[in-house]
Amino acid sequence: MSSDSPAVWADGLTKRFASFTAVDHLNLRIEKGEVVGFIGPNGAGKSTTIRMLCGLLRPSEGRASVAGFDVGRQPEEVREHIGYMSQKFSLYGDLTVHENLRFFAGIYRVPHRDLSERMRFAISMAGLEGREDALVRTLAGGWKQRLALGCAILHRPPILFLDEPTSGVEPEARRRFWDLIHELAAGGVAILVSTHYMEEAEYCNRIALINGGRLVAMGTPSELRQRSLGGDLFEIDCVPLGAALKALGTAQGVVEAAIFGDKLHAVLGEGGLSAEELPRFLAEREIRVGSVRPAKPSLEDVFVRLVSTTPETRAAS
Amino acid sequence: MNIQRLLAMAYKEALQVWRDPRSLAVALLMPLMQMGLLGYGVSLDIKHVPLCVYDQENSQASRSVVDSFTASSWFTISHTISSEAGIRRAMDRGECAAAIVIPVDFSRTLSATGSAPLQAIFDATDVNTTNIAMGYAQGVVAQANAALTARWAASHGAQPSLVGQVDLEPSVWFNETLESRDFIIPGVVAVILALVGAQLTSLTISREWERGTMEQLISTPVTPLEVMFGKLIPYFAIGLLDAAFCLAVAAFWFHVPFHGSVGILFVTTALFDLVVLGIGYLISVRIRNQLGASQVALLLTMLPTTLLSGYTFPIDQMPAAIQVLTYAVYSRYYVTILRAIFLKGSGLTDLWAPILGLVAYAAIIIWLAARAFRKQL
Repeated sequence: MSSDSPAVWADGLTKRFASFTAVDHLNLRIEKGEVVGFIGPNGAGKSTTIRMLCGLLRPSEGRASVAGFDVGRQPEEVREHIGYMSQKFSLYGDLTVHENLRFFAGIYRVPHRDLSERMRFAISMAGLEGREDALVRTLAGGWKQRLALGCAILHRPPILFLDEPTSGVEPEARRRFWDLIHELAAGGVAILVSTHYMEEAEYCNRIALINGGRLVAMGTPSELRQRSLGGDLFEIDCVPLGAALKALGTAQGVVEAAIFGDKLHAVLGEGGLSAEELPRFLAEREIRVGSVRPAKPSLEDVFVRLVSTTPETRAAS
Repeated sequence: MNIQRLLAMAYKEALQVWRDPRSLAVALLMPLMQMGLLGYGVSLDIKHVPLCVYDQENSQASRSVVDSFTASSWFTISHTISSEAGIRRAMDRGECAAAIVIPVDFSRTLSATGSAPLQAIFDATDVNTTNIAMGYAQGVVAQANAALTARWAASHGAQPSLVGQVDLEPSVWFNETLESRDFIIPGVVAVILALVGAQLTSLTISREWERGTMEQLISTPVTPLEVMFGKLIPYFAIGLLDAAFCLAVAAFWFHVPFHGSVGILFVTTALFDLVVLGIGYLISVRIRNQLGASQVALLLTMLPTTLLSGYTFPIDQMPAAIQVLTYAVYSRYYVTILRAIFLKGSGLTDLWAPILGLVAYAAIIIWLAARAFRKQL
């Protein structure tokens, strides 16, 4: 992999099963050290995309390259350079922690002199010290997931594909898992991680939103917020709310205004009213303004909005 | 093929067999059970056929005929009755499989003409037993005849030698004691290997699909050949161990005479082991659930090995079309080799054809198996 080429890119990647198109002309680009969240409802095509990128499924159309290798033509080279965690837990339950690590170290040809150090690292990362000889099927969900991650990084792959690694894992364990992901990314590993926990999307450098097999939007969490709303969201504490809503409804540059509890939410687009001008604008209309604060819409709102209001972005992306 | 990956695969597979009670039972208990069952239970020899005697005359001559039946170990007199209906009753109840009726004028006819009819009745619901019992009966009667004829000749002043007695002296080769066990047991080794080998390997790939571990495995750089050989190594070893156990039991416990070369036995056993493992592996690749795979494995190994290999049913007694079919049954070659090595002490010069058959079979099966597994979902 040359130093400036992306870790992962996909161009028009498509997978059809009979008449069903699971992934539809998907474009993707992931840089080294980047954590990209793959977000979308069940059946959106996340797993299918990841499986194609790992060389487990042959693309019906389009191309993708991972670590500089073509996934369709050089799947074995791709596999040398990736770590993969499938959606369903897939280590050997009838083997111990140590035996699973030992097996994958052998399969990944970890050099003998590095073996004990890498295995110790994986065990401590998973927090499994003292449980090396426990059968894996007896472990709780969070430990299993961290062990699976440990097995997937034994060969120090530059790219990780994690398919819903935290599903079914308790919140505390999920946070620890994300800490590990960020540690790995800090070391330069490119990570594509799918999830359906919206709050986890916040932990990602960039988000790829996928729906119906198509990439709906891609960007940083704040970029997506802005794009979905058409501007920045502000929370305005003022009275009376009704008059304020009416005034903002006609003001230039206000994309949207709505009453939210006992406050007002307004989205300010470009080329009109700015946040600084807001208090004066309202005061001139005999509305008393307490405060104007930037607000953060939940990513869930953002996704619903992007999926429902922007069908044209499908064609554009 | 990379040795580190191969060994990792083999070690993992061995651990899994070791921890799986079902596989372990198949690997260790099955040979013991089969050897005991087939060694003690299956016998094609028929001895002590229960015989019903209806002696209407009760003369010296008739008693001597009955005595010759009693004297042979082939028949045991279960009933001595005094009516025709008694025979029917005994047979209906399954208390006798054969009956002889000696007519009331037996000795009179005999002394007048030099021969007398003797009726023998067989329960032919079990055709195999009946055929053999009929042969035995003829033998017994021939002996009795000889004695009677000699006496008749003497009483009529003729020299016994002039009556033209034919003394048949059968000569038995290779299985001198005529024990069917000696004939059966070497074949049992083939049955056990086919059963154990194909059963265990039929689970090996399907188990990974069923438990979801396959997806992880194929995301690694491991090659299909490493998967195949890595997985087969422990089962190959188990197969050879089982075979060694069975062969030792055959030779030292059942005292089946062993006249041949241990080297040829080892090589051909290894070849046969490869064939059945390859078949099990092929099935496992094709059928992604364990139950289905083990059923198909049973069908494709046990059935042909017990029915078409010549293990119990002689191939030259089969209809011509079926005889041709047996050439497609890999166990045919191994059973032929086993018997020849055990009982005849045959060497390479006699056995090159079935050995070549096994080699060809092993090569084809392994080639197919190597191509069958694809690292795709």
